[in-house]
This record gives sequence, structure tokens and C-alpha cells, in this order.
Amino acid sequence: MTAKQLTKDPYNIIITGVGGQGNVMASRVLASMLVNNGYVVTIGETFGASQRGGSVMSHLRVSTRGSWSPQIPKGKADVVVALEPSEAIRVLCDYGNPRVKILSNTRPIHPVGVIAGELDYPSMEETIKSAEDLAAEVWFIDATDQAVKLGNPILGNIIMLGALSALGDLPVSIQDFKNVIQNSMSKDKHDINLTAFGLGEKLIQQ
Amino acid sequence: MSHLIDTNLTVDHLLMGNDAIARGALEAGVKVVAGYPGTPSSEIIEGLANVANDMNMYVEWSVNEKVAMEVAAAASFAKLRSMCTMKQNGVNVASDFLLHLSASGVRGGMVIVPCDDPGALSSINEGESRYFARLVEIPLLEPGDFQEAKDMTKWAFELSEELRQVVMLRSVTRLSHASGTVRYDPLPQSEVNAEFVYQGFLLDQMEGIVITAPVGFRHTQQQEKIKKAREIFENSPFNTYTGPEKPDLLIITSSACTLYSREAIDVLKLEDRVGLLKLGTTWPLPPNLLKKHLAMADNILIVEEVLPFLEENVKVLAAEMAHEIGVKTFYGKNDASLPMVGELNPDLVINAIAKIMGIDYQAKSENYAAKAQATVISGAPQRDLTFCPGCPHRASFWSIHNALELDGRKGFVCGDIGCYTMAILPTGFQSLKTCHSMGSGSGLASGFGKLGQFGFDQPILAVCGDSTFFHSAIPALVNARHHNSNFTMVLLDNSGTAMTGFQPHPGLEINALGQEVPGLDIAEICRAMGARVEIRDPFELEETRKILNDLIEDTQEGLKVLILSQKCALSPERKAAKKYEMSIDESLCIGENCGCNRVCTRIFRCPGLTWDKTKGVTRLDEVLCIGCGVCADICPAKAITRKEAA
Repeated sequence: MTAKQLTKDPYNIIITGVGGQGNVMASRVLASMLVNNGYVVTIGETFGASQRGGSVMSHLRVSTRGSWSPQIPKGKADVVVALEPSEAIRVLCDYGNPRVKILSNTRPIHPVGVIAGELDYPSMEETIKSAEDLAAEVWFIDATDQAVKLGNPILGNIIMLGALSALGDLPVSIQDFKNVIQNSMSKDKHDINLTAFGLGEKLIQQ
Repeated sequence: MSHLIDTNLTVDHLLMGNDAIARGALEAGVKVVAGYPGTPSSEIIEGLANVANDMNMYVEWSVNEKVAMEVAAAASFAKLRSMCTMKQNGVNVASDFLLHLSASGVRGGMVIVPCDDPGALSSINEGESRYFARLVEIPLLEPGDFQEAKDMTKWAFELSEELRQVVMLRSVTRLSHASGTVRYDPLPQSEVNAEFVYQGFLLDQMEGIVITAPVGFRHTQQQEKIKKAREIFENSPFNTYTGPEKPDLLIITSSACTLYSREAIDVLKLEDRVGLLKLGTTWPLPPNLLKKHLAMADNILIVEEVLPFLEENVKVLAAEMAHEIGVKTFYGKNDASLPMVGELNPDLVINAIAKIMGIDYQAKSENYAAKAQATVISGAPQRDLTFCPGCPHRASFWSIHNALELDGRKGFVCGDIGCYTMAILPTGFQSLKTCHSMGSGSGLASGFGKLGQFGFDQPILAVCGDSTFFHSAIPALVNARHHNSNFTMVLLDNSGTAMTGFQPHPGLEINALGQEVPGLDIAEICRAMGARVEIRDPFELEETRKILNDLIEDTQEGLKVLILSQKCALSPERKAAKKYEMSIDESLCIGENCGCNRVCTRIFRCPGLTWDKTKGVTRLDEVLCIGCGVCADICPAKAITRKEAA
């Protein structure tokens, strides 16, 4: 299959969040969709002990030219997908640039320092303003809240993927998602995941 | 069906580096695989265990890395292909056997796969397995991308059989835990018959006895194998050069650094000025290949992570060849072009090249960088590591901390490697005061426990997990018991090797293949040693604290063991069923004004609770809380309550 030319090659995606939010799963599913569409994808991730309550980041490099470094060079992210809002801001310090796009969940997970009252967590308004200051375009969606309504907060990551596909920079659709989960998920989970993906698309299209 | 045994050879498969290594081993027809869990190596065995039935393999999580290597070697001695996996520090554990194995040689192809962790992303050390290959004189292979991880693993078995020597294939976190596309080769169909032959001539490696003596003879034979490896490596397809015929700068690299170097050249658009010699066979280095490429350029940059292993080896060859290739200027670790600590990334390589070549490079405008830096300070509060919501370790260390405070004699805890290592942090109330290798908390406690004659009177505790107990704490406990060393061992039994993903260990009645096996009872083992053994549920805070004080104050000489038994909060069993529905009565929580001074969020710090600054009360995060019920017992105002979940 010949892949369509990308707006930039390699096209660099960062999926970020906090351990336990389904970050790794989201990056695998997205990468599989892209590989099935003929792209060479390299994913870099950290997981293991370092993720107990810590920030988790996956770097996806989408290319028609070959494998790239599993770490994106500094200042070269094209889109940041944040499963947790303050993580969107954290990522920009190293990987942001004036052309970057941000797609973020609104549900905060307080760092332990905030729980302890030692640090302050910014208000949603402050976070949105920070994001707008540092990025070309920003979207904030209530993915976790919507996922809780669907019955499981973990579906927030799939809602975010649906939303990402609706941004239109990446050649992936709900049909590609369907093809991937058919091989990687047990059958009883297909419907709810498709609903979550579709919901994410709608949250952007509205 | 697992993607590892997919038969489609015409599509790109998206594989994690560890999966690629596993597939390579399958394509080589590996029959026996053993290892000990350790990030970033664990997925190799997990993947292979899943397909063991389909491929007629034997796969095990061994008690530790040394035994894993012995289990794999036995298969090789019986003419089967075998592999063992471990994280970097596991090679140290296995190294005594490895020293001897490299001297006796192997029969069936045998590959050892250490996965190093430059930058210590999931480690408490930056250990280097590469030096072991040189130290014990065995060949070292380092894949540079995902396809190579698969292809080189397959080839490593052939090389091992050709040399009759164990081969080391070294991966790193950024390869093992990164993913990329891989094309498959076919899986073999052949069946093999295992037999250990020993009736042949004494000195015949393939038919005599398998030993390391006579040492002079075997050691000479071993060095002949390294010479042969050097010749084979001269023509290896895994050593490649890309770039101009006469580059201004030659980069020599291997492993994940290949991808960083390639990226750096692309970002700086230096394809016409910088050459890239990518080596897959890094010990012994093939001298003629190096000579040919060193002769191309006057300036050489060696790109590798942590210590200057490749740099030193290249420099030795360059010194020997100086009369033929001329004098070179080397850049790398020794001149500080690249750091000797931590992992590399594209930017470190970009900056090194830019500096050497006098190019001005900025990743982002100063203006943007300053703005982003300022925003992050206020907009992204630091995220310290913490035990998970409902983690039994938080409850255990709460009781340990309180017991030691009540005791008041400056007691302390010796720890080691596991999730409980985080007890050096506020999440474990900073209880751990020493932390080194697996099982070393117990060994250190055994030593501290013998210092009484020098006036030492501080109470001593050691902690270790259930898997660590079997891995290496047992000899330390035997030592302590035998020498009447005074300390209390607290066994944090969460029913699995939790940190690395619930791999089974000898205390459980299931093995890597999902078969029912005898589980060894930790309490019985400790009782058989003659220790006083107590068992408690760490979620019973007061009970646990009481028994800890009782054990600490026990004047009888010798080893005491407290087993704190409670399943990991991430275990499938605990995730499936919430024990309690928690709630907080905000009218009862008096927050800052309470005599407790917010003990729940300020000290206990479970992420399931959060401090609502505007209202001045503690709130429950119902998405994160898993209903362990422990926080209800620490709230003096009884504002936190639990109700049995339906």
C-alpha cells in the first residue's frame, strides 16, 4: 500500500499523560492504524517503575522514509495529545514550537505534591491560556468525564484518539480503528470502543 | 494467535524491540528460554511463554539470573538452542557462571540477552553489560533498529553454533521498549531430540565432559573462537556505512545511538559531509573494516551511551594502525563531546556534531524557549513518584515508620529493588536508609546486626519483596540466622513480581507457562531456618504497628521475620473487585483546623485523596480510589468512612 504524503515527514506525535491512563495502549493503537495505511512508524516510550504516579510520554514518528529516533528532537513536536492537561504544558517546554497543535483532556490528576498541599495545580482557565500562548491551535475536551458516562474512565484514551483523527492531519479513520481493534481486542469490547472513538470525533466536529 | 507467530511474511509488523528479539529467537528455532524479570527485558520471556505450546518450547521465569543462565546452558549442552534474558544488573548476578560457561563453550546455539538501561529510566544503576563480553571474551552483538533486533537475534544462534561459544546480544531501553516495523522470515518446522553426550574424548568440546579444565587448553581454545569471530565480523551485513567517500567527520556508533546519529545528520542536513559507520558487531571489532573507514576521515566521533566502551576499543585499533591510517582526532566521551552519564538523544548528538563542525544550531528560538520554561514552572507542577492508590506498601511503611518513631532509638530500614524502593521518597515516609542490589537489604541488615559489640544499639529492619526473597535474600537470611544477627526482616508479600508486571515466582502455584506447580511457602522456609515468624495484613494498621514494636523490642537474639501479606493494587484480582466504597463527610473534615493537620493528604498522600484548597477539606477522587479502606483508619475525625462494596 502506498502511503499518502504527510504534511511533514517525519510527522511527530506526542501522547502524554500519567501512569495508568492507557497511554501506551493509545500509542500502539494509533501506530497500528498508521502502519496498516502504509507508513513506517517508530514509537518511543518509557514505562515500568518510573511510571508509578509519574508522567508518561509516547513519541510517535510517522514517516514514508524509514525508522527514526524513538525520541523526538527537542522543539519538533507537530501535535501533542494530552490525557492529562498539565502534562500538555510540561511537554511543550522540551518539544513545543510555535506551530504545534495541542489536543488535551480536561480531567486533572493531581501530582502527589498538590495532594500534600505543597504545590498548586493551575486552574483550567490558566492551563488553556498557557496552551494558547505556546501553541498554534488548541482543543480541550472532557474525555474522562465522557468516558465515565460510557461506564469506564479508561476509555478516555480512545475518545482522545477519535478526536485526534477528526483534526484531519493524520490519514486515519474510524474504519482503520475498527480494523485494528478487531485483531487486538476481545470481541465484547469492540462496540464500546467504537462508541468512544466516534464520540471523540464528534467532540471536535461540533 | 500471538502476533509473534504470525505467518504473514509480506506485511510490516509493528513490534516492540523485545518482541522483535523474541521473533528472531523463534525463527532460529529456540527451544529453551529462561530469565529473571527486569525492566526493560521482561517482555521477551512473556511473549515467548505465550507461544511456548504452539512452538514446543520450554520457557521459565527462573529464581534469579544465574540460575536462568544455567537452565539455558543445560539445554545447549543437550544440543538445543537456548536463550536467557535479564536486565543489565542481572548480568552481574549471572557473571560467575558466565565466566565459566565462556571457558567451557556451548553446543546448541546459546544467546544471552541483557537489556541495559542507560539513563536508569527504570533502574537504580547504569550498569554496562558490554564490558562483560570483553571481560569473559565472548562475541557482542548490538542491533541498531527493530528489523535488526529480529535479524541479529536469529543470526546470533548460528554464530554461537559456528563458534561453539555463547553470544551476547545487548539491547537498551530505547530499543527494547520502543516499537517499529519488522518484516518476518519463516518459522522453522524441524523437531529436535535432546541428549547430553559425555562419553567422548575428554578434550572434545562436543562429545566429552563439559568443564573449564585444563584451564590453559580451554582458555586458548576460547581465544581462538574470538579470533574466528573477528574474521566473521569483517564481512557482517550488520556493519554498514552511509555517507560520502571522504567525510569531514566520521561517526562510529551502534545500538539505539544509530537512530540518534541518523536523525542528527538529517536535522543538520549534513548527508554530504558526515559519514556514519554503524556497527552491529561491537566485540571483537573487525580491524580491517575499521581500518578502511578510519582511513576515510581525520575527525572521528564515537557515539555511544554511558561509558566509552566502543571509543576505547576503536582507539586501541587506531593506535595499532597509526602508521597506515595516520593520526586521528577523536571526539566522544574522553573529550566531553558527549556525556558519560545518562542516555543519549538526538539533541545531544546534534549539539556534539554542531560544535565539532562549527555549526550554529538552536532547537527552538530563545524567545519561545524562555516563554515555555516560565509557563511550565507554574502550569505543570512536578509529578513525584508515588505508590499507587491502594498500594499495600504505603500501609506497610506507614506502620514501619510509626513503629520506629514510637521506639525512638533511631531505628532504620535497609531496602533493595522493587516498587518498595520508592520508600526512600515521601510516599514511603522516607523509611529506607540504604538501597543497593537485589536482596542486599537483608545482607546489610545481617551485618548491622553484628555491630552490638561496638556499641551499636539502633533497631534494624530489612524489607524485601516476595520475588526478591527467592532471588537473593535467602542466603542473607541463612547468614543472619547462623550468626545470630539481630534484625527484623519485613517481607512485603504482594503475591507476584509486581513492579515488572506480575511475573510468577517460586512462591506461587503457577509458572510462566500457566501450569500448576508447587509454590514454596515463605513462612515455612523462614521457620525452618529457626526464625521467629509472624504474619499480618498490612491494611490492619494498628495490628501491624503493634507486632512491629513487639519484634523490634524482642530481646531474644537472632532473626525475626514479619510477613506483610496483601495483594498488589494493580493485580488483576484487586482491580476486578473493589473491597470498600469510600466516602468523605465534608462536614466532619475540619482540615487545617484539625489536630491531625491534614494527616491524610499531607503525610499519607494516597493519590485517591486530594486536598481541596478552596473548601479546606479533603476530597475523594473516585476515578483513582480503589477502595482499600486504609485511609478511614488514619482520619482522627472519622470523616473518611468505608462501606463494604456490593
